[in-house]
Amino acid sequence: MNNFLLLPILIPFFFGMILMFGQKKISYQRITTLLGLFLSILCAAALVMNVHENGPQTVTLGSWPAPFGITMVSDMVSAILVLTTLVLTFFIVWYGFESIGKEREQFFYYPGVLFIITGVNGAFTTGDIFNLFVFFEVLLMASYLLIVLGGEKVQLREPIKYILINVLSSAFFVITVAFLYSVVGTLSMADISLKIAEVNQPGILTVIAVLFLLVFGMKAAIFPLYFWLPSAYSAPPIPVLALFGALLTKVGVYAITRTYTLFFTHDISFTHNLLLVLSILTIIAGSIGALAYFDVKQIIIYNIVIAVGVILFGVAQMNEVALKGAMLYLVHDMIIKAALFMLIGIIIYVTGTTNLRKMGGLMKTYPALGWFYLIAALGLAGVPPLSGFIGKLLIVQGGFEAGNIWSSIFILASSIVVLLSVIRIFIYAFWGQQGVLNEAVQKAKYNRLFVPTMILVVVSIFYGVGTEWFMPFMDDAAKILNDPSIYTDEVMKGGE
Amino acid sequence: MEIIMAFVCGFLFMAAIYLILSRSLLRIIIGTGLLSHGAHLLILTMGSFKGSAPPVLTEGVTDFVDPLPQALILTAIVISFGVTAFFLVLAYRAYQELKTDDMTELKGSDDIE
Repeated sequence: MNNFLLLPILIPFFFGMILMFGQKKISYQRITTLLGLFLSILCAAALVMNVHENGPQTVTLGSWPAPFGITMVSDMVSAILVLTTLVLTFFIVWYGFESIGKEREQFFYYPGVLFIITGVNGAFTTGDIFNLFVFFEVLLMASYLLIVLGGEKVQLREPIKYILINVLSSAFFVITVAFLYSVVGTLSMADISLKIAEVNQPGILTVIAVLFLLVFGMKAAIFPLYFWLPSAYSAPPIPVLALFGALLTKVGVYAITRTYTLFFTHDISFTHNLLLVLSILTIIAGSIGALAYFDVKQIIIYNIVIAVGVILFGVAQMNEVALKGAMLYLVHDMIIKAALFMLIGIIIYVTGTTNLRKMGGLMKTYPALGWFYLIAALGLAGVPPLSGFIGKLLIVQGGFEAGNIWSSIFILASSIVVLLSVIRIFIYAFWGQQGVLNEAVQKAKYNRLFVPTMILVVVSIFYGVGTEWFMPFMDDAAKILNDPSIYTDEVMKGGE
Repeated sequence: MEIIMAFVCGFLFMAAIYLILSRSLLRIIIGTGLLSHGAHLLILTMGSFKGSAPPVLTEGVTDFVDPLPQALILTAIVISFGVTAFFLVLAYRAYQELKTDDMTELKGSDDIE
């Protein structure tokens, strides 16, 4: 029995609890948060190595036999995502020291962050469909806190819609689980997969597959269900926005990936074609939004929607190459979205506006910021030595292998739109005449904002240049996504 | 019995969607309440109504009701209770600050170019 895989969930939870006390002592809050995240990163890194050497780790809570208890499963997919989540949170929290503001820090900001991480890591690690629902609610509840924390007018107006959408999608999740339970009579994900394979996916299971797409698509912001995201994400302050943009939609993407590779693999011509069409439409919708706005926040927010489309296109191909590409691109996108939000947070701080038309000439005053922004922008678009390249290459290669020639070419073409949208920020903000500047910029505060951002951009460069080192891990992840029997064997064995 | 319950759930969902699409914030929250009632009833129905004894171990009884859906509902109830409490307080705060509960007046994005 190996309880080690629970530590990346339990440590943030434990530290979140002890941070509920001592609200007014900011230094205690900050140090404890960083300590907790650092410990969790160590555990998650050790977990990745452990999974790499010994194969997927499972623990069935309470030592019940496998389908009867709640199984926590750490395969390579979830171990990588847990590690990425924790590393990003570490940098975002560090960045938040300077920009989140004292009032928020004294009012449960850090416990909120740690509870959101508990929920995200739990959702990545769980092997039980109802437990997934519970972890979704844990992270959503913490996200409600973070999105309204501060109580500005926009922060009261937009979260109403955000909460309403999530209440709706949670109710749909419960309904879908109820339908699934009445068909297969079990809740453990491995056991559901086996039972579905036995009955060979009759029509009702295709209906349930589409319902799951509806539920998780609402969280992941896929095409007809993304309408809530742009306005809701414009409300919270930058560190919270970076946390949401990097993590929350990706949990939905992970859940779609998991259910569509583990459960619904018998009627691919319908379910996966639907996923493919929706992912293409998602990219189109995101591209239109990313080009339409002159607001730096909105441009990056619509880029989240585009990336969700690209990853799900990789998942829809259902071959090992495309799944590996989707995993690589998922991790890349989490890192680069956090970095970009942090960078535009600094741009907003030094200019005092989010309107691109008012900015200009920052290259003379802030050259380092300009070059790091350019690197992050090129990395997002997937220029070869940087991080977005290999993932998209493999996704497109998998698309060709699956015979979807035109849609794969479309994915390549969408990179141009992504590049255009982020380079437009670069051109407007950094070139040309000197635009507005915030008079009250303190050099020390700017530096303290810039250091974590810089390190995160360097991490993304490292992820791009050193893809070769990450490949063995991604191979494991793609293998387990492509062949659900590895997953089910491991879980069912764990119970004996 | 399952047929009747399916109709009851259907009516609850219908009423919930109708209320959620209305303009007043309080009616929307009442709608979410009805929606979660419908979802909970649906879990109970989908677990089927076989068995007659409550799922408590008693001597001489073998005909138990399926205990799993009841545990799921209990979890879902407290979660929706927490979310509803938060939502109500948020609606109250929004009413204090923004002086309206009409969703058409709560349109966003006036500060986005």
